[in-house]
Amino acid sequence: MNANDFLSGGFAPAPESTDHFEIKKTYDLYIGGKWVKAAKRFQTTNPANGEVLSEVALAGKKEVNQAVKAARKAYDEIWSKLSGAERGKYLFRIARLLQERAREFAVVETMDGGKPIRESRDVDVPLAAAHFFYHAGWADKLTYAFPGAEVSPIGVVGQVIPWNFPLLMAAWKIAPALACGNTVVLKPAETTPLTALKLAELFEDAGLPAGVVNIITGAGETGQSLVEHPDVDKVAFTGSTAVGKAIRRSVAGTGKKFTLELGGKAANIVFEDAAINEAVEGIVTGIFFNQGHVCCAGSRLFVQESVADKVIKKLQKRMESLVVGNPLDKNTDVGAINSASQLERIKELVKAGKEEGACIWQPSGGVPRKGNWFKPTLFTECAQSHRIVQEEIFGPVLAIQTFRTPREALTKANNTPYGLSGGVWTDKGSKIFKMTTGLNAGVVWANTFNKFDPTSPFGGYKESGIGREGGLHGLSAYCNLSH
Amino acid sequence: MSNLGIPKTYKLFIGGKFPRTESGRILKVRGPKGEFLANASRASRKDFRNSVVAARRASGGWAKSTAYLKGQILYRIAEILDGRTDQFVNELVAHGLPENKARAEVAEAVDLLVHYAGWSDKYQALFSTVNPVASSHFNFSSPEPSGVVVIVSPTRGSLPELVSVIAPAMVGGNAVVVLAGENALTAISFAEVLATSDVPAGVVNILTGHRDELVPEFAKHMDVNAMLLCSDDAEERQGVELEAVENLKRVALQPDRPLSPSPYHILDFQEIKTTWHPVGV
Repeated sequence: MNANDFLSGGFAPAPESTDHFEIKKTYDLYIGGKWVKAAKRFQTTNPANGEVLSEVALAGKKEVNQAVKAARKAYDEIWSKLSGAERGKYLFRIARLLQERAREFAVVETMDGGKPIRESRDVDVPLAAAHFFYHAGWADKLTYAFPGAEVSPIGVVGQVIPWNFPLLMAAWKIAPALACGNTVVLKPAETTPLTALKLAELFEDAGLPAGVVNIITGAGETGQSLVEHPDVDKVAFTGSTAVGKAIRRSVAGTGKKFTLELGGKAANIVFEDAAINEAVEGIVTGIFFNQGHVCCAGSRLFVQESVADKVIKKLQKRMESLVVGNPLDKNTDVGAINSASQLERIKELVKAGKEEGACIWQPSGGVPRKGNWFKPTLFTECAQSHRIVQEEIFGPVLAIQTFRTPREALTKANNTPYGLSGGVWTDKGSKIFKMTTGLNAGVVWANTFNKFDPTSPFGGYKESGIGREGGLHGLSAYCNLSH
Repeated sequence: MSNLGIPKTYKLFIGGKFPRTESGRILKVRGPKGEFLANASRASRKDFRNSVVAARRASGGWAKSTAYLKGQILYRIAEILDGRTDQFVNELVAHGLPENKARAEVAEAVDLLVHYAGWSDKYQALFSTVNPVASSHFNFSSPEPSGVVVIVSPTRGSLPELVSVIAPAMVGGNAVVVLAGENALTAISFAEVLATSDVPAGVVNILTGHRDELVPEFAKHMDVNAMLLCSDDAEERQGVELEAVENLKRVALQPDRPLSPSPYHILDFQEIKTTWHPVGV
């Protein structure tokens, strides 16, 4: 693929090199500190060009069982007996090793998942390392975290993560689990297993005791076997609300603890007194970051009527300058859609948007012929009842509505079963707090959007999930408290 | 001259009012020797739905009222309850409790209310954080009430049991709908205390009725944010968890006895909100 064909603004191609590391032809399962073969394998491809990157093992019930056993053994014999300080030192090591191999992880993440290298390099990988570093420090300080309560580990944790932030989600899940004294079986997403497998290699380099983290690759059935396994004490899941509800059902009555981080349909609200140019950047970051494959994406834009024309014009102008193309190119703003099935889902909803009467607009540039691509898209004339307003699209598609009063904006914004995140743009401080307290959402960005940090709890209200990840509040998801 | 007593009609407590059940059904309440005490209301599913509407209407204002006010109102409940000790003791004795035990239960309930009144402006500090993010942002996380919380009280439904489940959800800014236990009379008399303690209408709604009939409705209602079930029955617990899935209701499962006082029972019905804002000029 010649990236240059698709660039606007006359940038010369600036692709990241891929010759400084190895992606193995095949990967096995990482169980009990060993690489274990499975009966079946599946391919993982580069969504930007369809090329096969590797063949990875498909864990069945037998392998899931093996992994849970290994995690239990490591919990009973090693990890639960280790002091918090020693656990922390392993996590610090992991953070450092990840920082050292940051470039490799960023490139592999981009190849396997399709996200722009600029994002994997500047967001995913550094944040993943920061998560390990942050939680490392908690391991010997847990008694200070929960006033008046006694804290103990839960045991074996089964974790199932999505394809939109493969390495970062692995870090979000593994780091707090280990810090709090649990052992882990992690299943990465079917389409993006490679950075989790490389993380397993890194755990070996760190000397992490065998079985403390087990990585098993596979599809939905593998994940299901894992969360339903009777010897798993806690389930942590990030993914769709539909699967989240199925998991919630499967843990009912088992006494298993669980955290769910699910879908969203965030409202991004722009007032007439906002700094408009910054708001436009925030809208772009909100919906086109990671091709909109973001559970907290600002997928519903609410613009105050008096500035709607101005904001939409500026937004369209800005969208014309977005570089869509080779994810490995350092100029690229919008990469490839993660999978063919996700592309179909986006197309279906965009079709519904047109049919239901919303007006579509897309920038003039093209997209590569090979691979999975979708142009940054916006819809105006949207109604609350439209599917593109109600349903999570998980793609680079923005639904725009207008409002007149703050109250109207809040009513519309909260009119959704989701409640993960929201955004507010205004230069008036009291208005910011009126809006941020009024939004029924777990994370609210005022005059910024899509910011993440290991110290900052993340998670949803309502059907966007149960529990928080990150920060002090995220720790309680991995501890038993008695009070 | 005869002096015939005037028995009280025990009704439901919904939206600050005392309606009869719309279903026209009764729960015959008898004393330990089988003697007739009263016809309490046997709440229907419709009564429950009406209660949720009342709770939802009240929840926004209650959530926004100041922590200081919430504390004062809980303390006020304690004052009024304390003043009516004899009434409750008489009712509990009629239910078969020895008088000294009855008196101890009322005192325990009063103490619980005073305890939680004091938490109203403190749990937020305990459960909030300012997060030192590695970018130029001011970032903080703090609890907000879940919204409408439905509560299935411990089976017996003694006064301390009832107060131990209502007070933490209420002081946390939630509006609640409570299914009382077997002590239906105590529960409705407690509603009279609430009704005269400046508790805004709809913030606490109390139903008496059949547990089997109402618990599944509590668990499946789509406009309920969270549920507390006090039960030792594994099947009932699992049933509630399953019914609660559709709107991902938060479910807190507790044993079938009074909750010992703890700010973590307040936290069970809070959502943590994280707010970001850039720092700069």
